[in-house]
Amino acid sequence: MGAKRTDFIATVIIDLIVAAVVGILVFLLAYILISGLPHVSWSFLTGTTDAFSGAGGIGVQLFNSFYLLVLTMLISIPISLGAGIYLAEYAKDNWRTSLIRSAIEVLSSLPSVVVGLFGFLLFVVKFKIGFSVISGAIALTFFNLPLLTRNIEESLSAVPRDQREAGLSLGLSKWKTEIGIILPVALPGIVTGIVLSAGRVFGEAAALIYTAGQSAPVTNFSDWNPMDPASPLNPFRPAETLAVHIWKVNTEGLASNAAQLSAAASAVLIIAVLLFNLGARVLGNFLYRRVTASK
Amino acid sequence: MLKQYSFEKTAVQTFPDNVSLAMRTENLQVFYGANHAMHDADLGFPKNQITALIGASGSGKSTYLRSLNRMNDNIATVTGKIWYHGVDINEPNVNIYEIRRHIGMVFQRPNPFAKSIRENIVYALKANGFKGKAELEERVETSLKGAALWDEVKDSLDKSALALSGGQQQRLCIARSIAMEPDVLLLDEPCSALDPISTVKVEETLLELQKKYSIIIVTHNMQQAARVSSQCAFFHLGHVMEYTPTATMFSNPQIPATQDYISGSFG
Repeated sequence: MGAKRTDFIATVIIDLIVAAVVGILVFLLAYILISGLPHVSWSFLTGTTDAFSGAGGIGVQLFNSFYLLVLTMLISIPISLGAGIYLAEYAKDNWRTSLIRSAIEVLSSLPSVVVGLFGFLLFVVKFKIGFSVISGAIALTFFNLPLLTRNIEESLSAVPRDQREAGLSLGLSKWKTEIGIILPVALPGIVTGIVLSAGRVFGEAAALIYTAGQSAPVTNFSDWNPMDPASPLNPFRPAETLAVHIWKVNTEGLASNAAQLSAAASAVLIIAVLLFNLGARVLGNFLYRRVTASK
Repeated sequence: MLKQYSFEKTAVQTFPDNVSLAMRTENLQVFYGANHAMHDADLGFPKNQITALIGASGSGKSTYLRSLNRMNDNIATVTGKIWYHGVDINEPNVNIYEIRRHIGMVFQRPNPFAKSIRENIVYALKANGFKGKAELEERVETSLKGAALWDEVKDSLDKSALALSGGQQQRLCIARSIAMEPDVLLLDEPCSALDPISTVKVEETLLELQKKYSIIIVTHNMQQAARVSSQCAFFHLGHVMEYTPTATMFSNPQIPATQDYISGSFG
């Protein structure tokens, strides 16, 4: 068999594999969107759920998902930024650093349901916080931290070494070089990673079932005092998210149109995650042009 | 097979007291772990002259150069004395950030910051507390003029430095260094990544700059050393073999190793 022929066959096989991957994705997305979108309406997006049957809109769940996401990010971004900077710039190459890296790796491979149960036992039961947004946010932080830290470390390490030398040779301190020169270059990558992880957090269910809870009490959207029990901003209220809602409607839903409800909610969830992915690209590119002054 | 040269037979010039030196090293040794990369370097660098450090790869010339502004901190162990304005700047309690503002450095690969041309120059100035919009603007102009880049970029100061050509980027790096108004400028093979035309521009810039600065340049290129430098040191396997005025080195090398290196029958 000639080299030309071998090459042709290999190319065809690779093309077919790629086509299969793309095909599966397109089929999946199309199926979810086609079966769900016809049932999505404005009243579905903003309405409240009947606590008993699970029928009705997903307004509160949608809000809960975003609120939980924001809280999770508020907790996890500063921590992973510190950890990522430490690992990329300050950690010496020794057994202690590799221990930290292994720990992060293990943390990232923990099944999310285990993280959820841990959060349940520690925050919900032991600390008596109860099913709440804050319990959910901390549980999600556990499973978001390793990936974010990894992403930030990699983005920083990808900045060429000579940029650091340039900063140091001008009499800038290591910290100043890090913050003023390296971080801006790494920022687009970091932001992309953050937005992508936001997509994952947004769609997470298993870790939230036992932490943020499975009920979405009707909240008063005119009350923005986080201390009030009925306020949507109260971090100590139970908050069923969209992903948990889909799971619940499918397993325990008593509504006659449960299948349509979960299909519609799934379509909304998928669209939100797709928007996160798209947003990551746009924002990453925009920031890159911005910080490097290339228009 | 590399020829064996005696490290005992060296020809290193010293300068009489009436020659004022920008800096001077005494017994400078550099170790990378157990690897003794630089032995006993005793070199003085006359003010407002260009000194070239030549030698093959691995001869220790870059290692030596990077020790002069303490860029080898945390990378290698440097012992011995580095005299600068009567102070041994190789002492642990010396403020290395202050030192690096006085002893600037330009690297082998052009490494402008991923910022605008203007920001490249003013960033370190601002970080060091240099204030005033007009003063900063003036510093941008004088340093870019000093690096012979002003005419090419004066209308695009807010454009990304990364959009410049390699030669322009390297001259921007020189401008960035001289914007700090250093005494000494260290250049580590500044032209090795540049084409011949850009190289000529950088060399012309250096010849102009020696009026204000004392320059130490590491180069692989012997013609470059001959073109720009007034003093020349030849490094071999971590030893300074010969240090003489450039004219002497290229017309009348004192020891066999230098002679072979210059004539190309080295190794």
